[in-house]
Amino acid sequence: MSTQQPVLRLQNLTRVHGSGATEVHALRGIDLDVFPGELVAVMGPSGSGKSTLLTIAGGLDTPTSGRVIVENTDITTADRKALAALRRRSIGYVFQDYNLIPALTAAENVALPRELDGTSARKARGEALAALQEMDLGHLADRFPDEMSGGQQQRVAIARALVGDRRLVLADEPTGALDSETGESVLALLRSRCDAGAAGVLVTHEPRFAAWADRVVFLRDGAVVDQTARSEADSLLSGQAAER
Amino acid sequence: MSAWAYSVYILSMSIRHGLLALLERGPRYGSQLRTEFESRTGSTWPLNVGQVYTTLSRLERDGMVTQDGEDEAGHALYSITDSGREELRSWFEKPVDRTSPARDELAIKLAMAVGAPGVDIRAVIQSQRHHTVKAMQDYTRLKVQALAALESGPSRERDDVAWLLVLEQLIFQTEAEARWLDHCESRLIRLSTAVGENRPAPTAAAPVQTVGPTPLH
Repeated sequence: MSTQQPVLRLQNLTRVHGSGATEVHALRGIDLDVFPGELVAVMGPSGSGKSTLLTIAGGLDTPTSGRVIVENTDITTADRKALAALRRRSIGYVFQDYNLIPALTAAENVALPRELDGTSARKARGEALAALQEMDLGHLADRFPDEMSGGQQQRVAIARALVGDRRLVLADEPTGALDSETGESVLALLRSRCDAGAAGVLVTHEPRFAAWADRVVFLRDGAVVDQTARSEADSLLSGQAAER
Repeated sequence: MSAWAYSVYILSMSIRHGLLALLERGPRYGSQLRTEFESRTGSTWPLNVGQVYTTLSRLERDGMVTQDGEDEAGHALYSITDSGREELRSWFEKPVDRTSPARDELAIKLAMAVGAPGVDIRAVIQSQRHHTVKAMQDYTRLKVQALAALESGPSRERDDVAWLLVLEQLIFQTEAEARWLDHCESRLIRLSTAVGENRPAPTAAAPVQTVGPTPLH
């Protein structure tokens, strides 16, 4: 893993809201690398900075200082046009409330970022159908968002986030509006996309969903206080751990 | 009975009933029982063969199993008796007692950490949270594997289903612990903020650094 370039690099990231007496340090010097094939969960109490981290990583907000490097491009110094292109081509965003466009079918929703990026409508549709199929969502292609359950909409949103060559998916409480079983199916899809080579960052306050990640980063008061590393699960139940 | 003796007793009782449940499916010998017990529970609670034979001889003494000849390889076979079946049925019928809580080291540790000099209780909580979430990650990976095995398997094997249920219990337990730790932390912050407002020098729930009145859930 270490021989690969990270898809996302956050370097000494800070974000200050307001100034003077009302100054709030939302992020205080965050460093984080996310590699292809890796799902990283960011946990922390509300106000710890986890959503700020994600919006900055996605280029939806700018840091006060520090660098955000996506696929080798520093988005903090990129001009608006380059940033917009990068957001279309490299970054997929999944929100708590799905954010599919109600007037478009699942396939059209997934095709949209490719069309916006200049791909022909026909080719974009082909790519969208392929993406949906690959994620076992082919049967939903012609459904409109209001004809799908929340879990189905969220899985379509993940397909949209990763259509084409994009391989960075940023998910902000993607299971927040779902019951736990449906939430699990969304996590299973996110997990399998990362196993297939995507890089994912998942913001959640639910330990059960964070547990699907390879790494869990604990944020508190805008700083990383701790993180877990991946380990060999199979040794877990054969040693002393079993006697806990 | 002390809490410790009680928990040892509970564990041995569950082995006893586990063996009876396996024997109800037909006569078995000792190491076979051990293998089946472990494959049902994914070796979460490893048994040694000595424990199996000790338990079997107690069951025999109590008239719940009998030795019943040998198989071709010369292993002594055990069978369940009617009174063993009766005991097993009443085990399935009765809920597991939760009114005498087992001794929980973590609860005791946090109780002792409250106000302990030189102890940063938030660090204690975070170190446990790290460990607990890590265990959840491991259990979740095993669960993904177990689900994949069930989906690809030709039949929904009884042992695979049993193992999945045990794993999910471990996930629920660790989840409850992680949530409780979050709750403890926010509770302590809220209390220390309240104390700070009433008294300039807080002593309770000691060194909570870098804490402002941040809303926590």
